[in-house]
Amino acid sequence: MIEVDGLVKRYGSERAVDDISFQVQTGEVLGFLGPNGAGKTTTMKVITCYLPPSEGTVWVDGLDVRTHSLDVKRKIGYLPENTPLYQEMTVYDYLTFVAAMRGVDSTQHASRIAEMADVCGLETVLGKRIEALSKGFRQRVGLAQAMIHDPPILILDEPTTGLDPNQIVEIRELIKKIGKEKTVILSTHILSEVQLSCDRVLIIHKGKLVADGTPKDLQESFSSGQQIRFGVQTPPDPVLSVLSGWNGIQIKETVRTGDAETLFTITTERKDDLRPELFRLAVDEGWVLTELGRDQANLEDVFRHLTTD
Amino acid sequence: MRETWTLTKRELHSYFDSPAAYVVMSVFLLFTGWFFGTTLFLENSASLRSLFDLVPFIFLFFIPAITMGTFAEERRSGTLELLLTMPVKDWQVIVGKLLAVILFLMASVSLTVIYALTIASIGDLDAGATIGGYVGLILLGSACASVGIFASSLTSNQIVSFILGFAIIFALFLLDKVTAFVPSSLAGILQYMGTDFHYRNLLRGVIDSRDVLYYISLTIFACVLTSYSMSRRPE
Repeated sequence: MIEVDGLVKRYGSERAVDDISFQVQTGEVLGFLGPNGAGKTTTMKVITCYLPPSEGTVWVDGLDVRTHSLDVKRKIGYLPENTPLYQEMTVYDYLTFVAAMRGVDSTQHASRIAEMADVCGLETVLGKRIEALSKGFRQRVGLAQAMIHDPPILILDEPTTGLDPNQIVEIRELIKKIGKEKTVILSTHILSEVQLSCDRVLIIHKGKLVADGTPKDLQESFSSGQQIRFGVQTPPDPVLSVLSGWNGIQIKETVRTGDAETLFTITTERKDDLRPELFRLAVDEGWVLTELGRDQANLEDVFRHLTTD
Repeated sequence: MRETWTLTKRELHSYFDSPAAYVVMSVFLLFTGWFFGTTLFLENSASLRSLFDLVPFIFLFFIPAITMGTFAEERRSGTLELLLTMPVKDWQVIVGKLLAVILFLMASVSLTVIYALTIASIGDLDAGATIGGYVGLILLGSACASVGIFASSLTSNQIVSFILGFAIIFALFLLDKVTAFVPSSLAGILQYMGTDFHYRNLLRGVIDSRDVLYYISLTIFACVLTSYSMSRRPE
């Protein structure tokens, strides 16, 4: 378990991280969201004992990063934002080096590397020099490096940047697989990634925590009402006259599309679902229903709402 | 300790996996060979003195060239972050790198043993002075390497690191040469602080603990400075 408690990190007079507190439970996949320069990377660097906190602290499994950094480092696998690789080494030598530095017993090196090669899809490039690899492979070597000592905690800083769409899907699947057993903190500014792979989301803006919850919770708590698309094969007037009698709704838009169909966009502050009512109305009035859908604020709207001034 | 050695091995591998190490070593041999060979027959004495006089000058360039990448390159490429988030202490990283540079220096210097063997076969080589000279070179080299590593830890630019390293090593080398220009009360201290003064002592064939202690202190002092400089993490 990771506990971040009142963390402040200053660079000169600037507060890169400004009083952030949160907890991550064992086995949770936590997504760190925020615009560039929001403090995601800095927070991760403090958790991994690379940077010391200016104020507050972080406990990893009850160990304080300020006083037990060596023990904390042993528990963590870390993939920094700029994948740290020694260009002149082969993938195999590089992974052997990291394993040795991470205290993996030398009799285990070969089997651990074989396992990482399998998990990260590196079998074909083990003997190649890292400088000859594509960005996608480098990122996978970075991931393999982070997991070589089988750490209970993984911290991944923008693990999917620079990858093509297929590779992003692969890495995402990999993170999902890993996340079943390990505690994972990953940062990203790709919102769909968080929705797909994280149990919980933290949104950071200007060094402060502005939201904390599951992707679904965030969508619900920040959606201001709902928007409903309602399409019937009827001229607009009879529909408008019925709907104008309803409480708490606005007809935002009325569009006539071709063959006598009308599409209404209805917004409401009401929290309950309007769709059953609209369906029954259409049945009672004998209107042919062509469309009925509900849009809630998505994570993107939440993100924009929270991180723009 | 095991981690320190792992790091040393990686460093040595990276020297010898790239052409840099071979180029640097060849140039070193070329310089020493030329200056040793040309003066040997002029002086007509069975001594390695000309070699030992020359090598400190070669070290001025040679050592910053080896050490310039030690931390600067790791800073630039981001691998420093990898090293410092591994379960090792900062000093282990520093000692690991220093050890690699010292071993590389020893390998280069040991290539000149062939000159000593040549002379010993044709004349009467002064064993004391020769051993003193080699001990002096290793000690001087270690201290300069430590200083060069400190210079490398200050920047992420290898050129800057080279120039800084050269400047500091040169300044230390000059300290006992400027005693004529300072008050006599300071002259003794300045002389004692200079790297060349102690090297001259060792060259005489007497391995004095004061000289050995001086080099070891300088090596450790530069390591301590490096660890301070590393605690200032790049963002």
